[in-house]
Amino acid sequence: MVGNARDVDNGRLQKQMPEAGSLQKQARYWKGWEGGIPSLKEKVYEKMLLFCAMASTLAVVLVGLFVFLQGYPLLAKTGFISFVFGKEWLPGEGVFGIFPMVIGTLAVTLGALVIGVPLGVTTAVFLAEYAPETVALWIRRAVELLAGIPSVVYGLFGMTVIVPVVRYIAVHWFGEVLSPEMKTGFGIIAASIVLGIMILPTVVSISEDALRAVPKEYKEGSYALGVPRWQTIIHNTIPAARSGIMAGVVLGMGRAVGETMAILMVAGNAPALPRSVFSPTRTLSGNIGLEMSYASGEHAQALFATGIVLFIVIMLLNSFALFIAGKGVKVR
Amino acid sequence: MIVQLKEKLAACFVWGAALLTLGALVIIIGYIMIQGLDRLGISFLLENPRRMGSEGGVFSPLLGTIYFTLVTMLLAIPIGVGAAIYLTEFTAEGLLVRVIRFFTDALAGIPSIVIGLFGFAFFVVILRPLTGGWSIISASLTAFCMILPIMIRVSEEALHAIPASIREGSLALGVSKWDTVLHVVLPGALPGILTAALLGTGRVIGETAPLLLTLGGSLLVPKSIFSSGRTLSMHLYLVAMETGEFSIAFATATVLVIVILLLNLGGYYLMRILGRRIRGA
Repeated sequence: MVGNARDVDNGRLQKQMPEAGSLQKQARYWKGWEGGIPSLKEKVYEKMLLFCAMASTLAVVLVGLFVFLQGYPLLAKTGFISFVFGKEWLPGEGVFGIFPMVIGTLAVTLGALVIGVPLGVTTAVFLAEYAPETVALWIRRAVELLAGIPSVVYGLFGMTVIVPVVRYIAVHWFGEVLSPEMKTGFGIIAASIVLGIMILPTVVSISEDALRAVPKEYKEGSYALGVPRWQTIIHNTIPAARSGIMAGVVLGMGRAVGETMAILMVAGNAPALPRSVFSPTRTLSGNIGLEMSYASGEHAQALFATGIVLFIVIMLLNSFALFIAGKGVKVR
Repeated sequence: MIVQLKEKLAACFVWGAALLTLGALVIIIGYIMIQGLDRLGISFLLENPRRMGSEGGVFSPLLGTIYFTLVTMLLAIPIGVGAAIYLTEFTAEGLLVRVIRFFTDALAGIPSIVIGLFGFAFFVVILRPLTGGWSIISASLTAFCMILPIMIRVSEEALHAIPASIREGSLALGVSKWDTVLHVVLPGALPGILTAALLGTGRVIGETAPLLLTLGGSLLVPKSIFSSGRTLSMHLYLVAMETGEFSIAFATATVLVIVILLLNLGGYYLMRILGRRIRGA
């Protein structure tokens, strides 16, 4: 009986993820196999395809190389530590410190996670456990569409809807305690709300995959003990899918850190250390997008150096996501 | 009793979260469309922008978007599909494939503004004699780097969806491997690959950050792919930030949203065709 249930379950899993199963099967007899003796023409074609496949490798190497080469002279001059922890950004006077932007990036990213992760994971639970099939299909389409909307459109929505709401709250509810620049509505809160919506698709789709990959026996065992649905999800399904959900959260974080346009439009962009959540702020990516169009000389180098910092942060985040996702597979 | 109440509350909570997600989408699209539709019309699409875009229409950005998207996709579709064919059909899982996959994932993760920096340093500054500095071709080459990973990923999925039995059938008839891929596997995967192309097109149209550094932002009608220009999304950003003329920004955003909706619809339609073909096989 138990063996039977597992067979059924494997069939279900394979149907969901056809590429994983068929990939293994194909690898054995199709991929490595030459298909008879290939003619010269076919060999040339294959080399051309290999070149296509190497294009993304070439792109990563070139991107890394160029950004590092352009930014390195300034980093060598000011020193990495004083560049990252310098509190003053005065391009006109040749003073380059990006600490305010580092803090700004951290603040809006955290804010985006606070808004996007609970909503995203709960939506994923809905899709994986609660939703009738047709409803799930529509919500999933909506989430995909949310991922397709250009970031400038999010920015425009933020500028014309979210910023005025935040301004109203700042002026009418906290009017006495806030200084004038915090009452514009542009700032950390508005940026966090916009980013929180923007990272939803990443969090929802990866968390849903993780929740669906939890073996059915876990849930059935819990139900068999008389545990109701919600408690099963909280104590059983979500902990089992923990690593996948975490990977989704970290990838969402990567998206938030890298986002430029929407933040430029709602964050206020002042290069000063934020003093409250209503303060206008500037992020690392925003710093590049805002000033690159007119920068030259050392100023441009400093923006490339900002790019280096951003590049390193994203690479660390993505490696971390891969690491925890991989760990989860092994545990299971 | 309390347990049952809790379960009911939890169900309400979960439904609420899903409706909130759906609501965010409906509110954003609805608000943009309501604000933008009354200004939108044929004359808006066919008039050139005047006074930094605060008056007139969006003809030159529209043309810029079309040029930019076409050139980018002409680069990205062949190379992306070629890479996907190589990865799914021609090479066994090994070190090389792992390296290629690692770098493809890494490229997908690099923020678009950093790729824009690279595009500026390489295509705009170093290759100026070839690309003409800030130009549509520089922007397209930069955007190509950005969407290549998506093109590869989705095309690979389309190729994997073709059952092994179809390849075997072709081989059993004595067809060579290359001809099998070209005449049997690829036609079957075509709807999936077209879906990849539509998704990629959507991404390219919406991308703005790298264009700030590579496209120049001229309001003139682009004469060729070597001249500067601006796309609709870039126009939207510049108009909203520099002129504060929100009615034009909303109308431009409405054009963008409608295009994205159409591309998504096309994608679903193609996926349904693909699903039918695979079930039929």
